[in-house]
This record gives sequence, C-alpha cells and structure tokens, in this order.
Amino acid sequence: MRIALFITCFNDTMFPDTGRAVTRLLERLGHTVEFPQGQTCCGQMHFNTGYRPETLPMVRRFAEVFAGYDAVVAPSGSCAGMVRDHHRVVAAQYGDNALTEAVEEVAPTVYELSELLVDVLGVTDVGACFPHRVTYHPTCHSLRMLRVGDRPLRLLRAVKGIDLVELPAADTCCGFGGTFALKNHEVSNAMLADKMRHVQSTGAEFLCAGDNSCLTHIGGGLSRLRTGIGTRHLAEILAATEGDTR
Amino acid sequence: MSGADNVVWLGTPAFPEAARGALADTRLRANLRRATGTIRDKRLKAAAELHDWEELRERAAAVKRRTLRHLDHHLLRLEKAVTAAGGTVHWAADAADANRIVTYLVKATGEREVVKVKSMATQEIGLNEALADAGIRAYETDLAELIVQLGGDRPSHILVPAIHRGRSEIREIFLREMGEWGSPAPEGLGDDPRELAEAARLHLREKFLRCKVAVSGANFAAADTGTVAVVESEGNGRMCLTLPDTLITVMGIEKVLPSFADLDVFLQLLPRSSTGERMNPYTSLWTGVTEGDGPTDFHLVLLDNGRTATLADDVGRQALACIRCSACLNVCPVYERTGGHAYGSVYPGPIGAVLTPQLVGVENAASLPFASTLCGACYDACPVKINIPEVLVHLRAEAVEAQRRGRFLPTVEALAMKATGLVLSSPTRLAAAQWLAALGARLVARDGRIGALPGPLARWTGTRDTPAPPRESLRAWWRRSKAVKGTQGHASAEEEAAGDRP
Ligand code: SF4
Repeated sequence: MRIALFITCFNDTMFPDTGRAVTRLLERLGHTVEFPQGQTCCGQMHFNTGYRPETLPMVRRFAEVFAGYDAVVAPSGSCAGMVRDHHRVVAAQYGDNALTEAVEEVAPTVYELSELLVDVLGVTDVGACFPHRVTYHPTCHSLRMLRVGDRPLRLLRAVKGIDLVELPAADTCCGFGGTFALKNHEVSNAMLADKMRHVQSTGAEFLCAGDNSCLTHIGGGLSRLRTGIGTRHLAEILAATEGDTR
Repeated sequence: MSGADNVVWLGTPAFPEAARGALADTRLRANLRRATGTIRDKRLKAAAELHDWEELRERAAAVKRRTLRHLDHHLLRLEKAVTAAGGTVHWAADAADANRIVTYLVKATGEREVVKVKSMATQEIGLNEALADAGIRAYETDLAELIVQLGGDRPSHILVPAIHRGRSEIREIFLREMGEWGSPAPEGLGDDPRELAEAARLHLREKFLRCKVAVSGANFAAADTGTVAVVESEGNGRMCLTLPDTLITVMGIEKVLPSFADLDVFLQLLPRSSTGERMNPYTSLWTGVTEGDGPTDFHLVLLDNGRTATLADDVGRQALACIRCSACLNVCPVYERTGGHAYGSVYPGPIGAVLTPQLVGVENAASLPFASTLCGACYDACPVKINIPEVLVHLRAEAVEAQRRGRFLPTVEALAMKATGLVLSSPTRLAAAQWLAALGARLVARDGRIGALPGPLARWTGTRDTPAPPRESLRAWWRRSKAVKGTQGHASAEEEAAGDRP
C-alpha cells in the first residue's frame, strides 16, 4: 500500500522520532511510506483559535499535497480530526467549490495511526516489544472526534512484555486544548494537576498517547515535578522491537 | 437596550480572570467535584437503562431543528391556542420590555409580592431586580434558588444553582437572612440536609398561602394545545402554579414545541440527563385558565432578547435547542474547576459559553467561546445533540473578526497568528523556522529540556518543562537519509517549487 506520512508541523519540528517510528513500523509491516515534502500544517491551531483566513492556505496546501495516495497516516488524533472534520468547513466558508471537492477526495483517506493499523491494514499485533509498565491516555480528539475507541489499547495489549495499567479518569481532558493552555493557563494547570495525580497513581514508567501535543503538556508537568515518568507516543511503543535496548 | 444589557451581570471580567478566584477556592472546588461527579454517574446509569437512548436523542434533535426553522409559525399557533384557552400572550423584544410587561401585570393586581418558580428566563432578564425597583418583592421558592436569593448570591449552575455552597454555609445563610424575608429560621437549626429542607419548607409555606401572584418560567409549550409545562423536583413549583389567582409565565421563544405529543420524547430525556432520575417528581401542565381550578388569570410573556438574532446564524442557532438539562455542565472539566460564576451569566458551562455570546453579541462576551479545551465531552452528553464544540470554534472566528473590525492595531495574538500562518503555509519557510528554533533552543535548554522562561512564554513554562526542538526536523532527516537512497525520488525539486505557492 502506498501510504503518505503526514507528520504534522508540531511532530516535524519537535518530535521527529515519532515520524521515524511510524515509518519504521509501517515498513516493517511491508508497506511503502512516502513523505511529501510540500506538506506543512493542517491549520488546526489557527482554525481553533478563530483565525479562519489564515487557515485557508493550509487547507488548500493539504488537499494538493496529499491527493492521490491510498492512505495518509497522521500520528496525531487532533490533526487527523482537523483534516477529516474541519477542512470542509473552511472550504465551504470561502465558497471554494473546487477546494471542497478536493477536500472531500482527500479527507476520507486520512487516518490516525491506530485506525490505519487496525481498520485499513487489519493488524493488531504489530510484533512490538516494550517490557515496561505503561498507562494510556486517550486524547480527547481521538476519543470523541475520531472515535478510535479501544483500537490503541488493542494494539498495546498485543505488545510483548508490556505491563499495561489502567489510567483512572482516563477520558477526562488533560487541559491542553491548544491555545487554551495559554489563554486559560490557570484552568489548564488545574486540569493538568489532576491528570498528573492520576498518572502517578498507576505506578507506570511511561505515559502513552497518540498525540504528542497532549504528551508535551502532561509530560512537561511530570518532568517539572521530577516524577521520573516518561512519555512515549503510541507509534514509538509499537515500533519498538526486541532488538531495541530501551 | 441591546448587547450586554440583554442579560444581567456580564459586567464581570473576562473568563480567565473571573476563573482565578474560583480556582483558588479549595472548598468550592471540592463541592463542585463531588456534586458534578455524583450527577455524572447517575446520568450515565439512567441513560443506559433505555435501549433507545440514542434514537431518542436523534428524535429530540430533529424536533428542535424543525421547530427552530419555522419558529415564527409555531409561535403564532401557540399564541392562538393560549388565547383560545383564556390566557393572554405578550411579546417582549428584550429584557427591558419583558420586565416592563411583568411589572405592569403585577401592579394591575394591586399586589406587592410574588412567589416564583425557578426560571432561567427571569434570571436572564433580571426580573427580581426590576420588580424590586418597582416596589414589588419576588420570593424564590425553589430550595436552591432560595439559598442563592437569601445569600445575595448568583446562581452557579443551571439546575443546582447553589452547587457551590456547602451545608454549613447554607445553615449560616438561613439563620442570618430568613427573618429579613419572612418567617425566620427555627432556633437551634443544625446543618443536616433534612433539617435545612424543613426550615425552607416552613419559611415558604407561609408565602404560598399569602401570595396572590406567581411568576414562572416554562420548560416547554405545545403550540397546538397552548399547554405550558414546568418540571421540577420539590413540588414548590406546583404550589405556585396552582394556589395564586394570577400566573405570569415568562418563556424564551425557543421553548415552543409543535405539538403536545412532542412532550413525550423530551419528558424522557430531560430528567435522565439532568438529575439522572427516570422521571421528574413533578410535571405540571396547564392550558390557559380553567374555572374553579388554579389561577383565574394567566399571562404568557414570549421573550426574544437576542434569540431571533441567534436564529439567523445557521451554525450558532443550534444552541437554541437547549432544554437546560445541565448535562454539559456536569461533564465539563473546565466548569468543574471554575464553577458557574466565572461565566458571568445565568447560563454557565459549555452551553453558557455558546449561548451567552450569541444573546449579547459576541463582542460583549468574547472570552467565553475560548473557555473550553474543545474536548467534546459536552457534545457527547447533550440529549438534543447540540454540537457545542462546533459552535465554540464558529464563535471564536466571529470574536476574532469582531476584534479585527474594532481595532486599528492588531493584537499581539493576531500578529503571532499571521506570522505563524505564513510560516506554516510554506514548507521552505517552515524548514527555516525549524532550523532557527533548534538553534535558539540550544541556547536555553538544559539536558534537552527548557525550564521556566520569562515573558509571554512564562504561562506555559511556569508549570511545565518543554523538550528542546531537536537539531534535525523530520523533513530534514527524510531528505538526508531517505530521499538520497531513492525511496522518495520525486520528493524534491518540483514539490519544493510548488511549496511556496501561497
Ligand atoms: S446544551 Fe445540551 S447538555 Fe447542555 S444544558 Fe442544554 S440540552 Fe443540556
């Protein structure tokens, strides 16, 4: 299958390891991964903060760059959600019919990583090995916009050596919310504090999620408190094999 | 009267500042967490009991959508039916209008006191204050509303207005204030909930027997029969609806339903969504006036107050489908931390964040659409399927546009969004920015992490470490390692060139 990797601007800049993990994983499963160099950003931050005119060129670029692939994979629930649910809203707002058509073509080919693996590629055991205690936080957009359900957990449960522990109040938002963490930073901090308390209560070594933005928020708090709990993107755990020495 | 005057009490600071006090109040946060947590679990259980819950939601949403599309038509039908049944219908364009009408109606009876059934609409327009200005005393009879009124307070929740109060606080309020308003609290009053409820009952009974005029809201009104419905759990509402001679109902125009039969689905959804009960203990229905039974004079005040303007917005209008069940408040992680007062309106929580800005004009409540992480829990909980996150981002765009129009100089945020927008719409500019960020980070990072920073970034870095951007972005890595090996032959020149097209 010819799969394009949409790395998302945030992962591209801050977490290239996640992109490398997705690539390694998919190639291990026998697929070809391509990286369209013209890609940039899904426009989520601008869209969610109310800057619609600024979002338009990003929507346009996305539809152009990712046209014609069998599937596009994004290691981010919120960016996949943005493309699937909101690009058409932007196109419609500017009355751009050609763009709307292009968006309608591309949007259904875009998958969050766990969706691609389970629904499109039909695997839950990806042959990974990660002998650590891990707890999983389902990010809001994966949970409620994409409805990925238990797909990530099914993938994680199949990982060799993993000790997967349940996170209390897992489906409560961590308080990141993009620019919310800046605009309402005090409320955000209060939500973060509760999330961290729950993560710490599991005794996990690693917190796993399918979105590096939420992980940066929670992990940043855990790091500041010197809890010693690390964060791992779902892709990185699924890409890890027995040969790895982590 | 327009804009922020449409609802009382928007004079509060913007949401982030208003939330600060609540966040610091540990007792408040504990009260909120306990209360919302309990109702949340009860609601889930009550909803799970019905096998056709999702279907019911779909039906309710469809009825509301359909009704809102032809609202004028159904309101005229309602007026006709109410009039035919012996009631009188009044149309109020805004809060001042409605207050004037009600004040006039009360004065015409010669009375100086009214008992009230809990009503969001009358709070929205500040009716009690308007009546007080005209020398008329309004007594709240809902237990929680009574606590709020006696405490000189504002409601903090749609359904449980005194959710922010603990029982010892309530006891203090009763002891201090009840005497001022009527029968005093019994001596030696304890803080046992039953004792408190009994004190309220005694205090209220005297008023029910004395007052000749009642003011209520309405949960629903059926256009075909002219029947108005109020649901409640204490029975105090029923006393107000049956004992007095004159009944004045103030109802938002969006509450109309096409037919009596439509009540079926809503009376199933509302109690389960709001209190997690299967049925409301009291459901009162009345149609005009009936000789020898209940009030002899019935007035229905139909309140617009920003609703037709809301109706004109095809994304935002779905907020008018709200049946005020408060399920969205109880699942909202932001509401759980801040309580209702931070929202500066009688409509707090997620629904307040989308309804209030529309009723008063988004420029008058511009911080409210941003008072959400867009986690979507509210949408999942809403029995009439209002897509609150969708309306939130829609209103954010309107708030930003209103700001662009209103200012000569763009805000810092607008400049930042413009700049990042330029970077993020071009791969070459993005690559350059990544290179710069990595360079900058190496100057401030320690052990690969960035600690507290000064300036605007302090809001983020005050409580969290940030990983330093790595030297090589994924796109750079890909170009170096993959493209050279030929697996990505076409990922270069022409795409790069295409990359800079705006
Ligand atoms: S928006 Fe929905 S969940 Fe919230 S109060 Fe209204 S009906 Fe209930």
